[in-house]
Amino acid sequence: MNPTRKRRLIIVALVVAAASLAIGLGVYALQQNMNYLFTPSQVQAGRANHYKTFRLGGMVKGGSIQRSDTSLKVTFTVIDAGGAMPVEYTGILPDLFRDNQAVIATGHMDGARFVATEVLAKHDAAYMPKELKDAMAKAHANKKIEEAGNGEQGTGKP
Amino acid sequence: MASWIPLWLHKLGSPPTFYRFAGTLRPWMLALALLFGLIGLYGGLVLAPPDYQQGDAYRIIFIHVPSAWMSMFIYGVMGMAAFIALVWRIKLAEVVAMESAPIGAAFTFITLVTGSLWGKPMWGTWWTWDARLTSELVLLFLYLGVIGLYHAFEDRRQGARAAAFLAIIGIINVPIVHFSVNWWNTLHQGSTVNLFGPSSIVWAMLWPLLCMTLATKFYYAASLFRRVRTDLLALEGGKDWVRKIAESEA
Repeated sequence: MNPTRKRRLIIVALVVAAASLAIGLGVYALQQNMNYLFTPSQVQAGRANHYKTFRLGGMVKGGSIQRSDTSLKVTFTVIDAGGAMPVEYTGILPDLFRDNQAVIATGHMDGARFVATEVLAKHDAAYMPKELKDAMAKAHANKKIEEAGNGEQGTGKP
Repeated sequence: MASWIPLWLHKLGSPPTFYRFAGTLRPWMLALALLFGLIGLYGGLVLAPPDYQQGDAYRIIFIHVPSAWMSMFIYGVMGMAAFIALVWRIKLAEVVAMESAPIGAAFTFITLVTGSLWGKPMWGTWWTWDARLTSELVLLFLYLGVIGLYHAFEDRRQGARAAAFLAIIGIINVPIVHFSVNWWNTLHQGSTVNLFGPSSIVWAMLWPLLCMTLATKFYYAASLFRRVRTDLLALEGGKDWVRKIAESEA
């Protein structure tokens, strides 16, 4: 490689390295603010305390959805691995909103309750036909019953 | 001269050789793009079963995901060509980098529009400022910046060099787009198709997606070859080989 090209190569490499470092540090500094949402356990741990409005993300607890008969008001509970939070929302919900669906709600805290102004549904990265999903759910349920059966037998033994 | 580079590659880098090479290959690339595109669309829109969660609405994946992959792939090609152009000052590399930008910008635009159309019924919103969506929008602006900078100079080769710098610096955004869904909590879900490790999509839906991916790759090649050929003719206007082509066409 001749000296001119070598010099250009070094200059380009340095510029790219400097730019990567600058952007990397910038992103690192923004890390705390870059998170799109907080989970119920993060909120309960006080991580969202200095935000007036924020996004709450988690799963809709199965059987927790209660709709008002006279208005569009809906209340449900959002859960994650270590926490649960009651949510109140008035408005139209996305098609995917249902039990055990991941949702993201934007709003503010009102006491221990989260009042949402917008509710978005998050979907997972799995794509499969309904028949397969049903078959999998069935297999999963059978396995659970088996495990539960085994468990009972286990406890029955002295 | 570096002797480890084979002679044919040196030859391919010369404008007249590449002009002929691209001219021969272009119709084949276009034919393959059409073939895979038709098979992929038929497989995706007709043969593939509806999704358990999203029903038929998920079928926009067959446009959205291949376009999104192309938006990053083309940026990678552009970045590499820009690097070669800056260090070795190879005219062909400059042309490839600069002519990739509009195609990449188009694919990025398609990604954003189809994503928006998909997001409204499924998520409940057209747009949200999460890390994946925002970094993809930044990618579009980078493409537009490269195009704009290239045309801002009177001298095309000077413009190409300035824009190549922007293209190289912007390449940092490509891994950010890809990993944004892992690094931050986003509304956008994680990746479905994984090169390393299992993919969470059934084969009946995956093969049309792969066909569409091939179709977009071949389309890019066909489109790039055509753009590069016209650009080479314009840049080398006074040279003998261009004059010969002009005479034979007249």
